[in-house]
Amino acid sequence: MITLTINGQQKSFDGDPEMPLLWYLRDELGLTGTKFGCGAGLCGACTVHRDGQAIRACQTPLRTLAGRQIVTIEGLSPDGTHPVQQAWMKANVPQCGYCQSGQIMQAAAFLKNNPHPADPDIDNAMSGNICRCGTYQRIRAAIKAAAEGRA
Amino acid sequence: MNTIENLSRRHFLGGVLSTGAFVLVARVVPEELFAQTAAFHTKAESAALHTGVYLGIEPDGTVFIVTHRSEMGTGIRTTLPLVAADELDADWKRVKIEQAIGDPKYGDQNTDGSRSIRDFFDAFRQAGASARAMLVTAAAAQWKVPASECQTEPHEVVHRPSGRRLGYGALVSAASKLPVPKPGEVQFKPKSAWRYMGKDQPIYDLRDIVTGKAVFGMDTKLDGMVYASIEHPPVVGGKVRSFDDKAALAVPGVRRTATIDAFKPPLLFQSLGGVAVIADSTWAAMQGRKKLTVDWDLGANATYDSVAFRQQLLDTVRQPGKVVRNIGNVDAEFAKGGKVLEATYYTPLAAHASMEPPVAVADYRDGKVTCWTSTQNPQAAQDTISAALGIKKEDVTCHTVLLGGGFGRKSKPDFAAEAAVLSKKVGKPVKVVWSREDDIKFDFYHATAAIYHKAAVDGRGKPAAWLVRSAWPPIASTFEDGARYGLDFEHGMGLNDLPYEFANHRAENGPADAHVRIGWFRAVANNYHVFASGSFVDEMAHAAGRDTLEYLLDLVGPGKVLDLKGQFPVEYFNYGAPYDKYPFDTRRLRHVLELAGQLSNWGKRKPGGGWGIGLAAHRSFNTYVASVVEVEVDNTGRVRIPRVDQFVDAGMVINPERARSQFEGAAVMGAGLAMFGEISAAGGRIQQSNFNDFRVARMSDAPVQVNVHIVDSDAPPTGIGEPGTPPVIPALANAIFAATGKRIRELPLSKTKLV
Repeated sequence: MITLTINGQQKSFDGDPEMPLLWYLRDELGLTGTKFGCGAGLCGACTVHRDGQAIRACQTPLRTLAGRQIVTIEGLSPDGTHPVQQAWMKANVPQCGYCQSGQIMQAAAFLKNNPHPADPDIDNAMSGNICRCGTYQRIRAAIKAAAEGRA
Repeated sequence: MNTIENLSRRHFLGGVLSTGAFVLVARVVPEELFAQTAAFHTKAESAALHTGVYLGIEPDGTVFIVTHRSEMGTGIRTTLPLVAADELDADWKRVKIEQAIGDPKYGDQNTDGSRSIRDFFDAFRQAGASARAMLVTAAAAQWKVPASECQTEPHEVVHRPSGRRLGYGALVSAASKLPVPKPGEVQFKPKSAWRYMGKDQPIYDLRDIVTGKAVFGMDTKLDGMVYASIEHPPVVGGKVRSFDDKAALAVPGVRRTATIDAFKPPLLFQSLGGVAVIADSTWAAMQGRKKLTVDWDLGANATYDSVAFRQQLLDTVRQPGKVVRNIGNVDAEFAKGGKVLEATYYTPLAAHASMEPPVAVADYRDGKVTCWTSTQNPQAAQDTISAALGIKKEDVTCHTVLLGGGFGRKSKPDFAAEAAVLSKKVGKPVKVVWSREDDIKFDFYHATAAIYHKAAVDGRGKPAAWLVRSAWPPIASTFEDGARYGLDFEHGMGLNDLPYEFANHRAENGPADAHVRIGWFRAVANNYHVFASGSFVDEMAHAAGRDTLEYLLDLVGPGKVLDLKGQFPVEYFNYGAPYDKYPFDTRRLRHVLELAGQLSNWGKRKPGGGWGIGLAAHRSFNTYVASVVEVEVDNTGRVRIPRVDQFVDAGMVINPERARSQFEGAAVMGAGLAMFGEISAAGGRIQQSNFNDFRVARMSDAPVQVNVHIVDSDAPPTGIGEPGTPPVIPALANAIFAATGKRIRELPLSKTKLV
């Protein structure tokens, strides 16, 4: 039995401890905002926060998560008011939108540690998150807007 | 829009309960899908006042507008309803959008070819304008005044002389008793009166997307659903000889295995076949699948090797091919023995790699199938499922859920057929989830191509004769087993539509066999044809010592509507659009080129020191585009793209904000394809598997800044989603030449040791 906290709620898991967090979130808890993109930690679509740090849920077995605090896109803010979410809406970032939960979670964790990033810092932090629609320039602009409190 | 709710609430909301598939207690599917009752009426169609299949109004004033095209990132789910809402003079905040199921009553639903607005602009204007006319007539009758004295403001009819007003909702009952005006009987708004069209509008699903609530195909869940992961034959045409599933069945959560028959030629959109592992979760299905042992009969394509095939294509384009356009006599001109330029270009196979891998949920019950999937073409899903199961198309209901990207891949619903076949076999709803590896290895690929250009040029470098020859495994092969030549629509994408003033010109298509599945990828054949033609123009300009923009404008000439009659063995494709309404007008091509000269850095900075600038222009999907790309190449060969400018004439643009986003994204995709996009094969097996070896553009690779300049036009609206990709590719290659002196004739750049 593994006990962990997801979006502020305590959860107990007693299945295959090797199962990545991604599938627990999606298939068992119905938290489908966290997306499956590659299953190999290459695209960032499954990014969530573990104790405030961005991690790839598809590469994180549940056995490593006992006592940890997980936050998903559903728990980032109660009503979409996180500055990064606001900035994303203001810049009309999403196209298809599939990767955007992961992009937003990556950006939110990044900004927490780097509240005033320069462009190369943003590129470094975000280059693990693929957007096949190519919204990168708006992602960069939205991150800057969020950092500057313009969102 | 994500709904998990109980039966009683849904009964209350939906009014009518439907067939078996809907009698479930908890599920995650988009709320609007519940609107579709047993008879599959939308709320729009069952509304008190409705003007056809696209729009309805309830007495509380709620306006329902149906989108029958698929949302994969272009914004079409928002933009088509905006058209109807504007003509209705509706308050956009009181509009609810419904997603249509697959049904021919909506017209074509194959969301490809950048034609949703082009083909349905008038239909959605009619839907809104006719409802508005009925509401105005009803108000005038109630007030006993001439309708000509009545106007509309958002969601109400106004009688100016008396100052009276009536909301749309209050007029619904009376208006619904009036005849629905026919096309031609109502006037559409002049552009100057547009309230929403022509202005930036956020997408309908924006808040749901940024809060993780938007429901994509991947997120669909039905009660009692099981999960399937499918081991496909490693080579197209391969078949299961035998398999051992003992170890797979021992994986906790795995329930059983099931085979899917291999397709019978032609390929169409059938499953490749294989062995499915069925389990209680996606993870268990994937783990079980790893333990399968399958003995394959690989079939004839096991000889396919992409290195050898490349050479075949290069050889093919040095031989005469099938003529697909002819003007004058190039051979006679070449025989005169003047100065000749020639070059051969090559591009490899590429994968779509949309962020959401193929996924479908199907529920087979009592001889009928209900399917939820991220498809660009729900009617094709109906056809493919009905053929796979031998049931009637009418007995297949296909719900289109939000697509996590599509780019052409998801017009081919093989994965939906797999879910349906497996649901019938296991007697439960089945969710088929393709892994990223499945997606990369079993795509309907963007074709590999070789293109040969040869021109006889005069003293100023102008072509007296121009021959172009192209060979690629055609999309035709997906529909006709063994087809080796392109279809008209493939020729019409950059091969037989070069827009220059020609005395002698011939376009030819050489034969090529397909050994993998070939399909359409964003902008399709334009990408490789324009890489070649846009590069060759730059080569011709440099050979003549002329500025490429000035040279290109000279090639285009003063501009005119091209008379394309009599030049083709068949009718010119023109992207399926009537030529009189959407002619090829080279004045518009000239105009976007002139804008490029004014508004980009072209001619304003001298290339050198690792910096270069390139341009190219092309009309595709009836839209005229000039692309200017700037590059910085460092001494290790790494390419950075600081700026791209896209100049676009797409006629009237309904939602400029989404048009800009499409042209920004197209620049990223075009650049990524040029830099990294390569699928290769050995022994018939695809050698790439995931984003590590099939690279796509990341933030650090992508153009840093893409400026999109949209021409203000009153011409009929044309394509937005695709035409931004093709000219970016040669513009990038030409910029690299300007920066480094290195001419790129083969993609991807990663192979040329650039990037």
